[in-house]
Amino acid sequence: MSGEASKALSNTVLWGGGRSPFSVSYGKLMIWFFLVSDALTFSGLLVSYGFARHSLLPGVEWPVGEYVFSKFPGIEGEMPLMYVALMTFILIISSVTMVLGVEAGHRMDKKGVVKWLFLTIIGGLFFLSSQAYEWTHFIHGSHARVTLADGRTAYLEENPHHGETIDPATFAMTIGSTRSNEVVKGPEAYKLYQNAIHVTSGANMTENEYGPPAYANFFFFITGFHGFHVFSGVIINIVVLTMVMKGVFQRRGHYEMVEKAGLYWHFVDLVWVFVFTFFYLV
Amino acid sequence: MERDDIIEYSLGAGHSEEQGRAIRKKIYFVTVLLTAITTFEVLLGVFWRSWMPNSWHWVKWTFIVMTVVKATYIVMTFMHLGDERRNIRSFILIPYALFLLYLIFIAIWESQYIHWALQTFL
Repeated sequence: MSGEASKALSNTVLWGGGRSPFSVSYGKLMIWFFLVSDALTFSGLLVSYGFARHSLLPGVEWPVGEYVFSKFPGIEGEMPLMYVALMTFILIISSVTMVLGVEAGHRMDKKGVVKWLFLTIIGGLFFLSSQAYEWTHFIHGSHARVTLADGRTAYLEENPHHGETIDPATFAMTIGSTRSNEVVKGPEAYKLYQNAIHVTSGANMTENEYGPPAYANFFFFITGFHGFHVFSGVIINIVVLTMVMKGVFQRRGHYEMVEKAGLYWHFVDLVWVFVFTFFYLV
Repeated sequence: MERDDIIEYSLGAGHSEEQGRAIRKKIYFVTVLLTAITTFEVLLGVFWRSWMPNSWHWVKWTFIVMTVVKATYIVMTFMHLGDERRNIRSFILIPYALFLLYLIFIAIWESQYIHWALQTFL
């Protein structure tokens, strides 16, 4: 892929012979330096997430990914991790279309670059809207944690949507955890719910129904920061696509700008691979 | 004044039709591999409780190893760092790896201490 870099050279000419020892252009070297610093930022975030999780107060449990993220749009019932798996798949595929675009650029195939870049942008937009769905669902919540008057914790079987009234006849709560077998039902349970000390519905910056407050804070910050990267990646891709269509790179004689945008895009995919593992799986 | 001592590396990055075919083949191979690994990860995440209920430790390490494998393929093939000169590869990976390994080590070490302190003195 990088013709210049694969040329055999003797070590003596690399520094002293007027050649860069890296055999890459200034722009490409700089995008790599940027990516390293960005990678350090994301590593810092994920490591601090691990730190918070590892130093947890004894007795406090960290939420389990497949219980929190178990909904699929348009499908009733539990689909643990399926939607986030689809998001991951979309991002990987958009990374593939990007690298195919870079490859087409190396052959000076303008039509190919346009096609693949366009598909990459579509993938990116798809990912962004999926993340919007995920956030909406996360903020709204699905079980609402209730602290009962006697100090026990209960979870609603179904969190009412905003503006919906609860029907006491079909009302149900599980005691202890969302997965417990201890279920209270009907008007009696509804009375317990009305006398509750505190109800946490969904997630915000101070509390959430899933677990410790830090959980939602890390979720918002890490996936939000990544989502912002995806967003700027889509913008960059749109700008580069416009330049490709205007024939700027054809005239310049090389499509290195596509390659640089591609490096950024792959990096975004790379970060998601780690976010996916440490936030949803582990 | 036009300088003639600067080598235009960007122009040297092109490749022929035939090389392109080989590169595309490699890209498709990595695509299939990444998809397969992700599918396996999700299935493992959903079903490990019924497959092997007492081995969370192993499942967790499987996830981490697979993630590193995926990351390696993305960096080496998609970002084609594997095809660059060794100088730039080391220049990017070694400082990052050194810093990150230390960060992970110190975070695990200190968080264990804090957990222990909370457990003992709270």
